[in-house]
Amino acid sequence: MVLVVLDHDGNKLRKGSLEALTRARALAEALGSKVVGVLLAEEKAPAEEALAYVETLYTATLGPYTAEKWAAGVLAAARQVGAQAVVAPSSRQSRTYLGRVAYALKAGLLEDTLESTVEGGAVVATRYAYLNRVTQKVRAALPVVLTVKPNTTPLAEPLPTRGEVKTLEVPSVPTVEVLERLQEEKKGVSLTEADIVVTGGRGMGSAEAFRLVEELAALLGGAVGATRAVVDAGWRPYSEQVGQTGKTVQPSLYIALGVSGAVQHLAGMNKSKYIVAVNKDPEAPIFKHADYGIVGDVHQVVPALIEAVKRLKD
Amino acid sequence: MKFVAVIRQVPDGESRLKIQGNRVDLSGATLILDQMDEYAVEETLRLKEKHGGEAIVVGFGPERTEEAIRTALAMGADRGIHVVYEGFADPVAVAEALAGVIQEEAPTLVVTGGQQADWDSQALGAALAEALGVPVVSWTTALELEGETAKAKHDLDEGAEWVRVRLPAVFTTQQGLNEPRYPTLPGIMKAKKKEVKKVAFQGAPKVEILEETIQEKTRLQKILDGKDPVAAAEELVRLLHEEAKVL
Ligand SMILES: Cc1cc2nc3c(=O)[nH]c(=O)nc-3n(C[C@H](O)[C@H](O)[C@H](O)COP(=O)(O)OP(=O)(O)OC[C@H]3O[C@@H](n4cnc5c(N)ncnc54)[C@H](O)[C@@H]3O)c2cc1C
Ligand SMILES: Cc1cc2nc3c(=O)[nH]c(=O)nc-3n(C[C@H](O)[C@H](O)[C@H](O)COP(=O)(O)OP(=O)(O)OC[C@H]3O[C@@H](n4cnc5c(N)ncnc54)[C@H](O)[C@@H]3O)c2cc1C
Repeated sequence: MVLVVLDHDGNKLRKGSLEALTRARALAEALGSKVVGVLLAEEKAPAEEALAYVETLYTATLGPYTAEKWAAGVLAAARQVGAQAVVAPSSRQSRTYLGRVAYALKAGLLEDTLESTVEGGAVVATRYAYLNRVTQKVRAALPVVLTVKPNTTPLAEPLPTRGEVKTLEVPSVPTVEVLERLQEEKKGVSLTEADIVVTGGRGMGSAEAFRLVEELAALLGGAVGATRAVVDAGWRPYSEQVGQTGKTVQPSLYIALGVSGAVQHLAGMNKSKYIVAVNKDPEAPIFKHADYGIVGDVHQVVPALIEAVKRLKD
Repeated sequence: MKFVAVIRQVPDGESRLKIQGNRVDLSGATLILDQMDEYAVEETLRLKEKHGGEAIVVGFGPERTEEAIRTALAMGADRGIHVVYEGFADPVAVAEALAGVIQEEAPTLVVTGGQQADWDSQALGAALAEALGVPVVSWTTALELEGETAKAKHDLDEGAEWVRVRLPAVFTTQQGLNEPRYPTLPGIMKAKKKEVKKVAFQGAPKVEILEETIQEKTRLQKILDGKDPVAAAEELVRLLHEEAKVL
């Protein structure tokens, strides 16, 4: 069996779940096997929606997320169905609890994969390594635990018939006690799903100047990103940070304003389709990674860009 | 109390990578203590300074990894254990190899990097926690000991949370956890004499690298002069609209 972990926000499946489903179906076909789903909930989960995609769905309600509880849930399902492969959307949380699952199953762990196929009974996948600079082709014998990098795979279509729900018994495990959740307010387009990202760096000069970054992003229907320098300075929230220790984005258009182009920043955006840089220093490393750029002061260039985009839209 | 930092040696992100025979060739690269693991070393030093006890650094990797272990010793760790393995090993295999060594020390807690700067894996801390049968707190940005437990703040996919966890436990690092100190000259001298115990790797990697490539995404590099910001902006928007077709 191929077990697919369906991630959701309580109301809807996340897009990544539909990508994971596509991968799970392809693996199951190549292995002459079937796909079953597991849907774990803190309180509620979109079981109805999930049943459109799998013939069998294991569900459990586990209270506040912890890596141990989620690992126990996935493990219980994997053992119940005798999973040869566990497939899940890649996220920080899934890459944590599936590390536990992979160890418990003594499985080959294939993290954040771009593609996956079956060759000679083993799973072969590609993924990025060395801070996103190198593409690795890796192979693991069954069983495998595989996570799917967002925006790499077509979304799965619903099945013609609805599946059935099975309740999963999840043993209780020693875990952490959640004391307080610090939710971040969500506004605008989600950074990792945005097709256009406008990032401001230390070169913006102040928190106030990010008004320009926000305006340009809103005008383009994009999301605002930030460098670590800007987050450390307290100008922007951490949730907007792009890079090695922030988010990885791969939009059609990435606009870097007053960003130097440090490797740790590049690691989060170097796969963007087009990269645009505005920097007053013609020697800034970011220009070497840019398709288009303007050597100039952001305080003059960005307002001019905003006006030029407005003219284009009219 | 015993605080263990698990570390690896990786290429400096700034150094240029080469491909030789389908694999990354690190012979010309500058190799450093992984910066995410550096946070782990720093955290164990701070815990030791505050609560007393011992800071132990456990390194995994080829012979050269001893340099990174010595860096950690120069920062102030008391002694090192080096699990020697020349090839690539996935986090499950590494966790298997390290668990025995760490169990023998019976540490108060274990800290390791949130993500490896070479294999880009985020799973070592979690796999290690599973191997040790203890909870894991990933992407930790604050850590305080409170008797038999620790209170920690860590990042989730969205937002963050405070948790309390009974020790021992494994923590993985995130930026903001601390500011790693630089080794001092006396520290470097002392590190030369500190013990580094060598242990042979027992285990079998579950994942094999077939090929490594560096994609040659050549960028267009059309860089405009912004002396006339309005004209440059106009031209950039035209290029994005007509040539790149992204606007
Ligand atoms: C372990 C580790 C992890 C890290 N993770 C990340 C990460 O996830 N994300 C990240 O971004 N960084 C990360 N960093 C930090 C990274 O190394 C850089 O320090 C950071 O990206 C620099 O941010 P910046 O480009 O905004 O600032 P700077 O490097 O200071 O660059 C500012 C740029 O703005 C330009 N400039 C200044 N004034 C103007 C103006 N008026 N008009 C136009 N241009 C102007 C300057 O020429 C300069 O190029 C990490 C570092 C470490 C060690
Ligand atoms: C983020 C990123 C990282 C890359 N890293 C490497 C690498 O480590 N080794 C490699 O052989 N090729 C790297 N490449 C591929 C590189 O862009 C070239 O396609 C290839 O190396 C041939 O380059 P060239 O002969 O034109 O060399 P150059 O003209 O010297 O370089 C071309 C490009 O490579 C970038 N580059 C070179 N080394 C690094 C590095 N260590 N980190 C970040 N950017 C780098 C330069 O900034 C420039 O954009 C990288 C590409 C990107 C986008």
